[in-house]
Amino acid sequence: MSGNGATSVEIRNLDLSFGAIDVLKGLNLSVREGEFLVLLGSSGCGKSTLLNCIAGLLDVTGGQVFIKGRNVTWAEPSERGIGMVFQSYALYPQMSVEGNMSFGLRNARVPKSEIRERVARAADILQIEPLLKRKPSALSGGQRQRVAIGRALVRDVDVFLFDEPLSNLDAKLRADLRVELKQLHDRLDNTMIYVTHDQVEAMTLADRIAIMKDGIIQQLASPGEIYSRPANLYVADFIGSPAMNLQQGRVENGRFLAGEFSVSLDSYPFERKATGDAWFGIRPEHVLVGDEAAGADVEFAIKAEVVEPLGSDTLVLTSVNGKRFWLRISGQSRVATGDSLRAGVNAADASLFDAGDEERL
Amino acid sequence: MTEATAVFEGAHGPKPRRTFSRRNIFLYGTLIMVALYYMLPLYVMIVTSLKGMPEIRLGNIFAPPVEITFQPWVKAWAEACTGLNCDGLSRGFWNSVRITVPSVIVSIAIASVNGYALANWRFKGANVFFTILIFGAFIPYQVMLYPIVILLREIGLYGSLWGLVIVHSIFGMPILTLLFRNYFTSLPEELFKAARVDGAGFWGIYFQIMLPMSLPIFVVAMILQVTGIWNDFLFGVVYTKPDIYPMTVQLNNIVNSVQGVKEYNVNMAATILTGLVPLVIYFVSGRLFVRGIAAGAVKG
Repeated sequence: MSGNGATSVEIRNLDLSFGAIDVLKGLNLSVREGEFLVLLGSSGCGKSTLLNCIAGLLDVTGGQVFIKGRNVTWAEPSERGIGMVFQSYALYPQMSVEGNMSFGLRNARVPKSEIRERVARAADILQIEPLLKRKPSALSGGQRQRVAIGRALVRDVDVFLFDEPLSNLDAKLRADLRVELKQLHDRLDNTMIYVTHDQVEAMTLADRIAIMKDGIIQQLASPGEIYSRPANLYVADFIGSPAMNLQQGRVENGRFLAGEFSVSLDSYPFERKATGDAWFGIRPEHVLVGDEAAGADVEFAIKAEVVEPLGSDTLVLTSVNGKRFWLRISGQSRVATGDSLRAGVNAADASLFDAGDEERL
Repeated sequence: MTEATAVFEGAHGPKPRRTFSRRNIFLYGTLIMVALYYMLPLYVMIVTSLKGMPEIRLGNIFAPPVEITFQPWVKAWAEACTGLNCDGLSRGFWNSVRITVPSVIVSIAIASVNGYALANWRFKGANVFFTILIFGAFIPYQVMLYPIVILLREIGLYGSLWGLVIVHSIFGMPILTLLFRNYFTSLPEELFKAARVDGAGFWGIYFQIMLPMSLPIFVVAMILQVTGIWNDFLFGVVYTKPDIYPMTVQLNNIVNSVQGVKEYNVNMAATILTGLVPLVIYFVSGRLFVRGIAAGAVKG
């Protein structure tokens, strides 16, 4: 459902510093109309700061912000055609649900009849009609978050901004609301920019994910692309749980060498030719075990040190060259701690990174 | 299932505690002693104020009154003389009301807006402004007494009620601003952000979002200001003149008058009357300390 190609939000050379600390450095980002873009990163990476800059809640130090082709760099938050949903819901405690949802419209001096109509419509979409007269304190966490979304919805905005909206909810509710958010996006087709540190949310919701670190976008791509072809070592390590198995070694004569571990790279799709120091990464589920390992680009023997059955799959912790090496195998397999296993890896499933600039090879 | 029907042996259920354990005797003993120590002066005051002068001259200050009389209270309120005026403390009471009410309203109104601006609108120079304000809280009053006399004289308010109101409002500003700033800082910042996204301006957010959530801190500020201004003596005596002396100054003048017999019962009654307003404020507003007024705004 990702948009029609027109640009909805565009950020040009955005700088933001708090005193001597540069939080965002020359950031460029273009969000397509109707796109669901997730800003993902660990805390302190600048993702919420970027969202606040788009919302106009922070004054930028340099650069420009465009929404629907209009330069809104100096515009007030309410003039930008955005709606925002916060982690803490930020409902006005003294106002009823209806009062909360209509606050923005009342400030904009929208006629009363139209306010009623719009609130009713949003309440219908979010199924919160029975709650309209209640105070926020009489609502559950999930209901509060729905009202917070409703508050953005009634204002008929171009862009929805979400700042970790599900982080305060318990696991089950989070999964439910995640699905609802996705349905809401399919239904409204608005541009949505969503900040989270939760990989699962990012992977499931996003049309594209922007992974941020130290105020710089590391990779901007679809979830599948980010997972299978991480652009650099940071992204490779950040995405996936357990993380990608990484081995440090050398690329020489078409082979990757790290201690006992030697892989032919004939089937690896190089983006740039390189020899020398490098990292070799392989996802736990791409490690072949037992009979499947036969005929792989490299075969080796490993010992199960820790076995973690998750039901659907089982995670097995082993070590290669003294480094942790995770396998993800079927939940049906019977592996016990201390068992010896045959494992195999195909270079086509792997990711190689230059040891110097840590970019994908 | 056998355990369910079994008779418990040994320790089970709540741990038994002795009422007169050594710990309890020590704890409550100390508390009662301290409470008595604090209560005693008040007891002496009340008892003395209800006695006639002949009974007081017997010298048993702890003895309860044999013959209860309210005459000293009537005299303290309506008849006691200070200088040429012989209408008792009532004059001082109304003066104090006329000083306290506007001072409290003006200082809280300004300080709450100051605190809100400092906490939420990080304007240029906010930190410098705040530092100066806090610094102001540490300057001893005595240093400023005379300069303020000159200032008030120049603007023609020296010796008037409004001059004193201005002085009280200004002197309450640093501590009140600090109080409000800290309270508004403790409110979730996202509420402020949400209101801005919803298009509310400086005053819109203050009146529609912040004020309704701030009852507790307004009550605290009111208690601070009412008691502080009501109990003030120094500014009252320096910046006003006899006709408009606040109650505290007038109390002093009654108690310390050198002519005639010392009427201890009238003095005690006058003192209690003067202290009544702060006392009532504490009792009444204690209930207004509604906690969790912001509950439901954030996670819960």
